Amino acid sequence: MKTIVENGAYLTAPTSMPSLSFEGVGLTYKDGTETLQDINLKVGRDEFVSVVGPSGCGKSTLLKVASGLVEASQGTVVADRDRLGYVFQDATLLPWRTVASNVGLLAELHGVPKAERERRVQEALELVGLSSFADRHPRRLSGGMRMRASLARSLTMDLEVFLFDEPFGALDEITRERLNDELLQLFLTRHFAGLFVTHSIYEAVYLSTRVVVMSPRPGRIVAEFNVPFSYPRGPEVRFSPEFAQLASSISSALRGAE
Amino acid sequence: MIQLDRVTTVQNPPKLVKVVLTDRKRRFSGVLPPIALSIVIIVIWETISASLSGSRKFLLPTPQSVVIHGLLARDAYGQILPSFVRTSVLALGGFGVAIVLGMLVAAVMYRFRWLEKAVFPYLVALQAVPILAVAPLMAVVFGYSFVAKGIIVVLIAFFPIPANFLLGLRSVDAGLDDLFRLHRASWWTRFWKLAFPNALPQLLTGFRISAGLAVVGAIVGEEFFQAGVPGLGIRLLQYLQNVEYNRLYGALILSSFLGIGFYLIFTWISNRVLRNWHESAIQQGT
Repeated sequence: MKTIVENGAYLTAPTSMPSLSFEGVGLTYKDGTETLQDINLKVGRDEFVSVVGPSGCGKSTLLKVASGLVEASQGTVVADRDRLGYVFQDATLLPWRTVASNVGLLAELHGVPKAERERRVQEALELVGLSSFADRHPRRLSGGMRMRASLARSLTMDLEVFLFDEPFGALDEITRERLNDELLQLFLTRHFAGLFVTHSIYEAVYLSTRVVVMSPRPGRIVAEFNVPFSYPRGPEVRFSPEFAQLASSISSALRGAE
Repeated sequence: MIQLDRVTTVQNPPKLVKVVLTDRKRRFSGVLPPIALSIVIIVIWETISASLSGSRKFLLPTPQSVVIHGLLARDAYGQILPSFVRTSVLALGGFGVAIVLGMLVAAVMYRFRWLEKAVFPYLVALQAVPILAVAPLMAVVFGYSFVAKGIIVVLIAFFPIPANFLLGLRSVDAGLDDLFRLHRASWWTRFWKLAFPNALPQLLTGFRISAGLAVVGAIVGEEFFQAGVPGLGIRLLQYLQNVEYNRLYGALILSSFLGIGFYLIFTWISNRVLRNWHESAIQQGT
């Protein structure tokens, strides 16, 4: 079942619609600050859309609205809240739980029986390569491993929409590139609809089927770029002239927006 | 690279010795300084005691005299040990009630913010109430009973528990709270799986502070009521009146042992509970 938020209210929608869509979505806070303005965006399965924009333009807020954590003040958001994953800026792991127990959290909250939960946890840990760290506590993991655990947690659920809020922003470049590749791998096997917020144009181009550029607050979509490279993408894509050209066009669109 | 390392080690043996020393130092660092200080205190005590003139000597008996006549003599420990147990039970009982009540009050304040606004000022005010002024009222209502003394303990030990617990409940990371809300966790689920474990470090700090206060409360309560089975508080007054200074100092030492013991037990529990995840426990390496 898909649910729609219309001016804050959730409605049921036919299944032929895209996994996630914004129609004329605006957000104005009670104090009058306009954060989002007339956002129109559709993300279907097997689409990976990145959002780039200056800091404070409402990129993260866009994800919050998509997830229903924040209600839009205008327009319609369609998403299946029961099949929506959210990977936050921090790994948001519970420090008192082991990695395995953290990864099992969502399944636990959704009432998945223990045996099934353990099976899914094991599978997810294997996918992100953390099996041998299952019994560790988060503080004994590196930043990259924590982020992997956070990803694994979402992978225990059968998700249709994945929201990423600059998940690799705090990592060093080497770890970041490795996680980019792992994320692409997951995208290709899991066939979700991805909406990815990032500061990095290169990351956006490398990962996405489409890149969306937002203006400073109030955030509007000012440009959209299709990324022509086919999957799977290897690291050499980053060094192709087409990649550089696309990145440069996005960069100038970003500057134009400011 | 490796060879260079080896050369440095061989040429520089003091470095190696230093490493061993720091390791050992770390192991005893929590025990040695207090022991050293206690030796200094005993020496000072001994010196002062020896310098007192004959007629005033009774005011401060020597440490040996306190230990031998005040604690180890059969009729001394026969009297003081049951009192020690009695006061421990009183302090623990009051402390237990303070824990249960304090946690409940904090949980309710956490659930209903308006109740926090209403109740919290009174919790602070409770801190300011002079307990000795309330004690006679307790005596009128509850008689000179164990319960009346217990209430004094609760009053003195109470505040740190709800205050710290509430602080911990309220300091849940916003991202984690979002995660739980996103997956439609109920208030109870968020409380048990998120807010409560998150508050454990603060709650356990509250326990440690309150544990010491509970001992103070128990002795104050006993000294005020001076009835029922005699605990350490009653013994202290009794020894003072009877000019049994050896025993008086013995009882004082036992009282402070009780306070220190409570504190150490709850510090140990706290480090056990938090050792895998909280900085406070990890740094102490317990």
